[in-house]
Amino acid sequence: MDWIQILVAGVLATVGPVTAGYALSAIGLNLQFGYAGLLNFGHVAFMLMGGYGTAMTVEFGGPLWLGVLVGIAAAALFGLLIGIPTLRLRADYFAITSIAAAEVLRLVVRSSWAEPLTGGVFGIQGFAGDFHGLNPFPAGLYGLGPFVVTGRALWVIVAGWVLVLLATLFVARIMRSPWGRVLKAIREDEDATRSLGKNVFAYKLQALMIGGGIASLAGILFAVEQQSIYPASFEPRITFIVFVMVILGGAGTIWGAVLGAAVFNFLFFGIDALMARLQANVDWIGAILSPAEAGLIKYVFVGIALILLIVFRAQGLLRGRDEGLGDAT
Amino acid sequence: MALTVGGGEGRSIRGLIRLLAGAAGILAMLALPQPALAEGEILGGTLTYRAGDERTPIEGVSVTVSQNGTEIGTAVSDAEGRWEVPVPGAGSYAVSLDIATLPEGVTLTDPTRAELPNVAVIGGQRKVVIFPLTEGEGSVAGGGVSVYVRVGALLVAGLKLGATIALAAVGLSLIYGVTRLVNFAHAELVTLGAVLAFVFHVPGSGPGWPLILAAIPAILLVAGFGWLQGRYLWQPLRRRGTAVLSLMVVSIGLSFALRSLIQLTFGGQPAAYPDFAGQPSMIVLGVPVVPKHLVTIAVTIAVLLLVAQFLQRSRTGTAMRAVADDRDLAESSGIDVDRVIQVTWVLAALLAAIGGVFFGLNESVSYDMGFRILLLLFAAVVLGGLGTAYGVMAGGFIVGVVVEMSTLVLPAELKIVSGLVILILMLLIRPQGILGTRERIG
Amino acid sequence: MRPEPAIPHEPGAPKPDPVLTVTGMRRSFGGLRAVDIDHLEIQRRTITSLIGPNGAGKTTFFNLLTGFEAPDQGDHMLDGDLLLGIPAHQVAQRGMVRTFQLTKVLPRLTVLENMLVAAKDQPGSSFLGALRGGWGGQERENEKEAGEILDRFGLAAMADEYAGRLSGGQRKLLEMARVLMVRPTVIMLDEPTAGVNPVLIQSLLEHVKDLRDAGMTVVLVEHDMDVVQSISDWVVVMAEGHVIAEGPPKVVARNPAVIEAYLGRHRGVEDQ
Repeated sequence: MDWIQILVAGVLATVGPVTAGYALSAIGLNLQFGYAGLLNFGHVAFMLMGGYGTAMTVEFGGPLWLGVLVGIAAAALFGLLIGIPTLRLRADYFAITSIAAAEVLRLVVRSSWAEPLTGGVFGIQGFAGDFHGLNPFPAGLYGLGPFVVTGRALWVIVAGWVLVLLATLFVARIMRSPWGRVLKAIREDEDATRSLGKNVFAYKLQALMIGGGIASLAGILFAVEQQSIYPASFEPRITFIVFVMVILGGAGTIWGAVLGAAVFNFLFFGIDALMARLQANVDWIGAILSPAEAGLIKYVFVGIALILLIVFRAQGLLRGRDEGLGDAT
Repeated sequence: MALTVGGGEGRSIRGLIRLLAGAAGILAMLALPQPALAEGEILGGTLTYRAGDERTPIEGVSVTVSQNGTEIGTAVSDAEGRWEVPVPGAGSYAVSLDIATLPEGVTLTDPTRAELPNVAVIGGQRKVVIFPLTEGEGSVAGGGVSVYVRVGALLVAGLKLGATIALAAVGLSLIYGVTRLVNFAHAELVTLGAVLAFVFHVPGSGPGWPLILAAIPAILLVAGFGWLQGRYLWQPLRRRGTAVLSLMVVSIGLSFALRSLIQLTFGGQPAAYPDFAGQPSMIVLGVPVVPKHLVTIAVTIAVLLLVAQFLQRSRTGTAMRAVADDRDLAESSGIDVDRVIQVTWVLAALLAAIGGVFFGLNESVSYDMGFRILLLLFAAVVLGGLGTAYGVMAGGFIVGVVVEMSTLVLPAELKIVSGLVILILMLLIRPQGILGTRERIG
Repeated sequence: MRPEPAIPHEPGAPKPDPVLTVTGMRRSFGGLRAVDIDHLEIQRRTITSLIGPNGAGKTTFFNLLTGFEAPDQGDHMLDGDLLLGIPAHQVAQRGMVRTFQLTKVLPRLTVLENMLVAAKDQPGSSFLGALRGGWGGQERENEKEAGEILDRFGLAAMADEYAGRLSGGQRKLLEMARVLMVRPTVIMLDEPTAGVNPVLIQSLLEHVKDLRDAGMTVVLVEHDMDVVQSISDWVVVMAEGHVIAEGPPKVVARNPAVIEAYLGRHRGVEDQ
């Protein structure tokens, strides 16, 4: 059993662009859910708006940097559009509406109606030339020991993690301000905050839009990295994975989102590598599981992990016990 | 502590039996044979129809696959009814069956579905395409379908979809009523019902019983699973004082885990029940209707009426309504709230499983069949009123009909959107639903 | 400041200097009239107690006044400003602040943070203000003010504790202290002594009197008759949604209509 290879797979995944992207998405969700207490089950829609806003802008002749701005703005606009009518609803109604809105968006983008604009099921390809053109690392392989990446991948990794750092610092700055304090107060008790003269609805809307704008960077990063974007990448299970990351790291902490994304991906890809090897090398496992089925085990773990997290450690990795996520106190 | 069975002791024996039954069900699923994964992407299927007790393959029928208007390939079904068209890669294709090549006396069950415009194929997949065929009269071959026939057919299709939605949504609403939990894993009970019925029904994976018989253990197992869920997952969490929002996140984790587990054991491909497949259609009021659809609708209405009677007349049913109304008051009136909640779980799971079997019967069985309609379940619940039963029953049928009828104006791939639009609009305009009451603050 | 004896002891009596006026306010739930008040005026700088049997509509009335619920009909004015249709947070901004029956401190914020959330002038409270920065000076001023208020309420030592760790009585005090940061004109206290240790009640009431003496008007919902007798300048009695009596505490206590309402002589008891 080649444990080194499994470890390498886990570590590469953890420092790779996938984790950076998910970290960005988690930072956005952390603002919406961890700090403001919004149960946004439609989170993947913000990533979709970011990626498609960028890709479509380039498709229609714009430069990539404009596409990125359009992507962020589109996500913020989506937050505004669903926030205005629905943020006044109770938390569970908001949860349902947000997931419904995200699905409507995905289905419409995917439809043959929208194909002239969005490419329908096929999506859009080949719009990230500008980004890869900026790559300062010459072509070739870089790495230490068993960890090796191409020059192209290195550029994406660096760019991605720089974004993660900037996003984290940004959120830290606004959460340490009086504005952030009001947001936390809203999460604790909306009516009390209202009774003190704060416009709770406006704060929630701002959190939704700003968190959405940050999450859109994840969609943009993924799209640019793969030079393509498909509606199939934005299914509801993405939202749930990001929720696990946020809760795992510690909802409502500065670094929790990044930590959660890193730990989750390490385990996710590590388990994937582990299962692949078990399936190939261990006879009785190979007998009950095909390679494709072995690949599905990690998803089962995700679901169970979420349940266990809430039950046993709702506060995640970075919070103290008193600051638990949802227990009534 | 009394020593008679039926008290605390009896309950734990029953619980143990249910646990074993649940475990047995899961093991049964693991034993399912799995289709091998083919190289390259292929669209294919088997064309058969039922004549009396026999399944007859149909030879010589032409199926054409195209993409963006360009023809990719045509296949002709062989002696076993099989046809296959390799396609160049992942993506979306239009598959159409040439009605003119169907033999005399055989027509499509649904004449409006000769062309499937948006069949998605993922990398490395052999995608099965099903064209349900039946013996008998259909609409006029090679011509347009009259508006009346089309609307009629869609109405029936809507009611049969609505039947499954209503059955599952009532349970979802009742669970919310007694526990205030919005259970995102509820739709997986529908899937489980259909999948377990498949296990007991299809020879090779199980005893191979007729579907009607196979449905019984399936429904009972799912009811047991509902009991297990209520007792060993949700009750302890509630006792701990876990906030409702956290419970919702738990339910999402559960839905994810269950769906992946089912995908693991059942496989990623849809499959159909052998029984009643390709049932001949009959003409009712000028509209071609398949008997199993009518049976679905009729049985569902009967079941829902029974549930309504139960809620209105029986002690437990009244207790359920009392707990949903005001839990503390119910408790202080001597109602055993925990028992009521457990009964609600069993009932909800039972109904969802029945809905699942019908769904599998009328369409096909797949690991995500429940999840695909989860949002429609929410639409029905919100339409009727979260926590109520009667409004949701009607809401389920309404959502089903709207979704199917919307194909008159929307492309088929977007029909779910119409249901979602209902959901969103209701939440914005009248969140308490048609029959619910506005909630007081403070 | 005691209201002059010239004020009639009847429901809807006009006051010499009303800070809060209510006219024709009605609210029903499903066929049940929860609040039905023709006219009510609250005198400035007094402590007015709102009493009545359970189900009289007192909390609903509170919610209607403070914007947490909307009336079916009627309006109310604060210092001459019409409050009809004004949402709760704006009512608070205009000077009418409330507390809640079940104390609502913000448990995972510290005592000091609880106070600072309530602070009125803080440019950093808006998103753009937070981004721009430069709100530190105001923050320090607010901290000073908060410290002084906490000191007065005896909570200064707990300033950096999570509010969730406070005892019940301490939470009530914090809620009251927090209200002061908003610099209100009218303070609406919803059952301020409920669940408070009897030993602490006396000191709590002293704080209430200090509020009035500092120039604010206090309206409180209260069930404890001793409390009502000891601190009220004026009492308003509600039953079945109506105001059935008004007057100084001792006068109201002797009012036969009030006694009847409390003894539970419901009209239409035959229907049950």
